[in-house]
Amino acid sequence: MLYGWTGKLLRVDLSRREVRFELLNEEWARQYVGGRGIGVKYLYEEMDPKVDPFDPANKLIFASGPLTGTMASCGARYMVVTKGPLTGAITTSNSGGRWAPELKYAGYDMIIVEGRAERPLYLWVFDERAELRDAGQLWGKGVFETEDSIRRELGVADCSIAAIGPAGENRVRFAAIMNDKFRAAGRSGVGAVMGAKGLKAIAVRGTGAVRVARPQAMMRAQWAMRQKLAAAPSTGGMARYGTLGLMNVINEHGALPTNNFQLAQFEEAEAISGETLAQTRLLANKACFACTIACGRVSRVAEQGIDRYVVTTSPRNWRHASEGPEYENAWALGADCGVGDLDAIFKANVLCNDLGMDPISMGATLAAAMELYEKGVIDEAQTGMELRFGSGEALVSMVEKTALRQGFGNELAEGAKRMTEKFGHGELFMGVKGQEFPAYDPRAIQGMGLGYATSNRGACHLRAYTVSPEILGQPVKMDPRQTKGKAEITKMFQDHSTALDATGLCVFLTFGVTLEDIHPVLVAATGVDYTFEDLVRAGERIWNLERLWNLRAGLTADDDRLPRRILEEPIPAGPARGEVNRLGEMLGEYYRLRGWSPKGEPSREKLAELGLS
Amino acid sequence: MKDNGNGLRIIPERCTGCRQCELACAWVQSGTFQPSRSLIRVHVFDEQAAFAPYVCPQCAEAWCLGVCPVNAIDVAADGLAKLVLDEVCVGCKLCVIACPFGTIFYDPSVGKAVKCDLCAGDPACVRACPTRAIEYGPSEAGRWLVDWGRKINEGYVRAVEGG
Repeated sequence: MLYGWTGKLLRVDLSRREVRFELLNEEWARQYVGGRGIGVKYLYEEMDPKVDPFDPANKLIFASGPLTGTMASCGARYMVVTKGPLTGAITTSNSGGRWAPELKYAGYDMIIVEGRAERPLYLWVFDERAELRDAGQLWGKGVFETEDSIRRELGVADCSIAAIGPAGENRVRFAAIMNDKFRAAGRSGVGAVMGAKGLKAIAVRGTGAVRVARPQAMMRAQWAMRQKLAAAPSTGGMARYGTLGLMNVINEHGALPTNNFQLAQFEEAEAISGETLAQTRLLANKACFACTIACGRVSRVAEQGIDRYVVTTSPRNWRHASEGPEYENAWALGADCGVGDLDAIFKANVLCNDLGMDPISMGATLAAAMELYEKGVIDEAQTGMELRFGSGEALVSMVEKTALRQGFGNELAEGAKRMTEKFGHGELFMGVKGQEFPAYDPRAIQGMGLGYATSNRGACHLRAYTVSPEILGQPVKMDPRQTKGKAEITKMFQDHSTALDATGLCVFLTFGVTLEDIHPVLVAATGVDYTFEDLVRAGERIWNLERLWNLRAGLTADDDRLPRRILEEPIPAGPARGEVNRLGEMLGEYYRLRGWSPKGEPSREKLAELGLS
Repeated sequence: MKDNGNGLRIIPERCTGCRQCELACAWVQSGTFQPSRSLIRVHVFDEQAAFAPYVCPQCAEAWCLGVCPVNAIDVAADGLAKLVLDEVCVGCKLCVIACPFGTIFYDPSVGKAVKCDLCAGDPACVRACPTRAIEYGPSEAGRWLVDWGRKINEGYVRAVEGG
């Protein structure tokens, strides 16, 4: 008998309109833990990495972890694993809310979606029953309305729903999968894969239990972890300002990318900060399932913002509360586009949620288009409106046009890399492996440059959040301007974060606790006597398997690169003035520490050591 | 017998909707993580930015108690909690129908009614709540109920003992 894991998965064949139950591969569960780990293992074993992301042969995996649905703080997460349409690399996109615990209570660790539906369908899972239902009426609808309609149709108020919006249907390359309306498996276009499959939503309700192997040890260990988390100062900061509390901090360090990384400080940062949101628009904190941090922001536009930035195709009551914006969203839709009006950002963010899009890639792609526009590469005849940095009207309007692929939105929907290349200026794409950078300038924080370059799913801040040591001083303070020691800490953070992702917990736990605090919780829940080193090794194993997958998909060391602007154009002003990212000083050492060749390929010895040969 | 009536006080403004209370209650009920077994339920009202944990208010005039045809619902010794006596309950569900709050449940796995019993004075949901949205302490209703409970209890004892 398995504990922590439910031991079952659902396999959904959309082409044949069939749902099958399957036992989880227990050996893989032990080696890859769960979530990101087991999802990557199944994708690696079952699918040809060379297929087109929109081909029916691409698989879409939803994987929870053994601690998902337990009382362990932040045990809410699942990982969407598939081939990303934005990157062509393997992608692992994480979300919280209540959806994954419901899946566990229904009795499943994972859902593997295959094929393509002839007509739009949605999946309804209620304990041991699972069926594919017609979604013709839902196609074209936003995420919010889709959720409400499905709930009404099923008559099960307590179900949790993961859905795509029009962006996913229209194969916007950075479309997200949204669950519980406001939580997102946001990056790399996982929603576009779901759209290409003709799957509108997955509704889940579970009344069963997640059982643990050692109940008393489990309760002791989760309580100890939770107490430590509660005592950490940054946990209190997250409750007060959410992730948006970072806006002022990162701006003060001169690491806040502005106007498509032309600048590294934003004059209006204060106006879009967590402090401002808390004083003017915040209504409540909201937690994901079992979360004792509650970084979620429930907020509303200010009264003066209600009638501004109006979009036509999806009118809504702006007096209603909604969620966000988070730091990343407010940065991409705000600072990176030069927009300092929190109401414009809020509306753009709500539209991204409802239309089902990643606000990071959305904002960053628009920022690149704004630079093209201001440099005169594109003009109003092409864009349909002025695309100047700082325009809230352009921001909100382009978000909607992108999701619907209307007008110039059709270009933006391809992501910044394809869009800038189409207009002959690929050097203005700020990202790695086709995925746009998140909200930290890697010229001002050297380690983040290495983390971005080597992230298996393209530029990402969550794979190795070296902002912690380099800016916040946790667990030790490192100089963000130095490259020394960054290869080592990046590798360590990657392995630890990957292991954490595999447990089903939230990476934000690491603001207060470490993988060492999580380890006893995992052991008590599963009854598998992992040593701490086993757990770190599992993280490294998963990281290497993702790398192998990418190599088989055709990626090479050439894809571990940063754009020319980051390597050669110094930051013009602010505390980090004159800095570029010195990736060359870190990358070789990183490969060596990884046990990879200078071409970035895992050595035979390393693979043998990890049980991957 | 304690002479103060402690009860649950819920402060919805503090609730973040994390459901730790549900997990803790379910753990007491079943020894597993199974929110469907929880006797406290968190309701989320997205558009109003409101979350409300909802649990048996231990009514002064408890309809579940009044309607029970076999007197399987009793008042705890401290006078506040209404308890389901498992050995008496026949699982007819009249209490579930009668409760205006929907906070007494039928457990099909044992065929009995289940409801919040305040964990005999140490409620797990209170301990589990990270934002102190559920407090346990003297409640107005509780103090008032002490005497009432004692009276009912004494009457019950007399009836049983034929005094």
